[in-house]
Amino acid sequence: MKTLIIPVILLGTLVPALAPVDGPARWLLEGVLVLLVVASVTGWVLSRRVTSERGRKTVENMNVRIRAWWFMAAVFGLALFIGRIGTTVLFGLISFLALREFITLTPTRPGDHQTLFWVFFVITPLQYYLVGMEWYGLAIIMIPVYAFLFIPIRSALQGDVKEFLERTAKVQWGLMVCVYCVSHAPMLLSLEIPGYGGQNEKLLFWFVLVAQLSDVLQWIWGKSLGRHKIAPLVSPNKTWEGFVGGVLSATAIGAALWWATPFTPVQAGAMALAITLMGFGGGLVMSAIKRDRGVKDYGAVIEGHGGVIDRIDSLCFAAPVFFHLTRYWFAA
Amino acid sequence: MMKWILVGLSRLVSGARARWVGCEPHPRQRIYFANHTSHLDTLVLWSALPPSLRPLTRPVAARDYWGATAPRRYLAERIFNAVLIDRVPADPLANPVAEMVQALGDRQSLIIFPEGTRSLTGEPGIFKSGLYHLARERSDVELVPVFMENLNRILPKGSILPVPLLGGVTIGAPIRLDAGEEKADFLARARGAVLGLRSA
Repeated sequence: MKTLIIPVILLGTLVPALAPVDGPARWLLEGVLVLLVVASVTGWVLSRRVTSERGRKTVENMNVRIRAWWFMAAVFGLALFIGRIGTTVLFGLISFLALREFITLTPTRPGDHQTLFWVFFVITPLQYYLVGMEWYGLAIIMIPVYAFLFIPIRSALQGDVKEFLERTAKVQWGLMVCVYCVSHAPMLLSLEIPGYGGQNEKLLFWFVLVAQLSDVLQWIWGKSLGRHKIAPLVSPNKTWEGFVGGVLSATAIGAALWWATPFTPVQAGAMALAITLMGFGGGLVMSAIKRDRGVKDYGAVIEGHGGVIDRIDSLCFAAPVFFHLTRYWFAA
Repeated sequence: MMKWILVGLSRLVSGARARWVGCEPHPRQRIYFANHTSHLDTLVLWSALPPSLRPLTRPVAARDYWGATAPRRYLAERIFNAVLIDRVPADPLANPVAEMVQALGDRQSLIIFPEGTRSLTGEPGIFKSGLYHLARERSDVELVPVFMENLNRILPKGSILPVPLLGGVTIGAPIRLDAGEEKADFLARARGAVLGLRSA
């Protein structure tokens, strides 16, 4: 029943939020809503039909994903409503939750405590503050340069040398993936693209849609046709059939939605291809880390917590690349 | 009001919810005993209980810490309804176990940390004998092991700044004091029951 209740509640909040939106942005949102309704009903019907243990797990996994998409759709509906600053704050919260999962999973020592306090309560908010105030020059180097230098200094002051390089590397890596990379998504809102003024939230929406659809489509293609595993030790679910089918279909959808972007259909297809490839890479890398730490989902670190990283791993890797491609070729 | 703020804060900072793997939440009389690694343990374990059980469950806490300042006293007495115990009794005749037995009464449950102090490493120390004496005096009360996970990383001993990692509270199956069981054996077994929940 949970499968249906959440969509109903979210639909109730999304529809009023949509009222002031019109044109292509509205078509995008409505398309997503229709897709989600279809997905939820399918998930609900399947959950009543399946009998085998394996089938039940697959359907449960699918329904968890569908609920996550509803949530993301609601967040985006809301973001369109509250504008650039609100969207930046939302991505900041996502980064915070993702970093929390990442560091929980990564062994640290008591000597890292003060450093981690800085990472969570100073560096992460500062990054999003810089994004929010549109100080591009500093937002783009704060974590790779200043945090990179600050973290080992702060940890060294604490005086614990055991596994020093590993520990500082892990903290820096978590910051880069969960905070720095993710913060490129709201940075899209500040790009000045000639002839596309005031429409950047559509670009962000398109980007997230392509990244998420690519995930979903790879999963669906893999479940239905998957035979040949790409890296069985890293992620048993990733198959060549799923990869090719997912990348091609997500690229095609991205190209077909070109009217929501500043791109031509061919450019939109090329961008979507870059997003799906990076997204695939992100999923693979984050699974490798999970396997190394012996867990299946980041959310399973502690039961009852949704794995934020499981949902955004592809977005983490795709966001900076998509941002820079767009900035280099299309921004003024 | 203050209670709900604290419970919310505890969830926010520690992300901890109870995982009942060995028994269900129930208003019967129990002694929850847990490993102790952080000042957050009391708050987090108490907050992880269902709201209906919180007024029935009293944490046992050290008077030298929880009675030391007005805010701590307020939390201990007004919010948790804690049983404050002298770790180093001024009066040699004082009997902490008797105080705990009295606090149990006929409907209350207790939360105790049998190590008596917070461990620095996250690895539980030796259990002190209080749990054994309680088990002997009140054999009708269920002894429920609890494993507190990651709280030493969230707020370690000696730190006042929390780092918001995900903590965990795992609640296991009740144990009993066997007839004729030696004190040391029972305490080792109780410690084992807590540690056994680490991978549960």
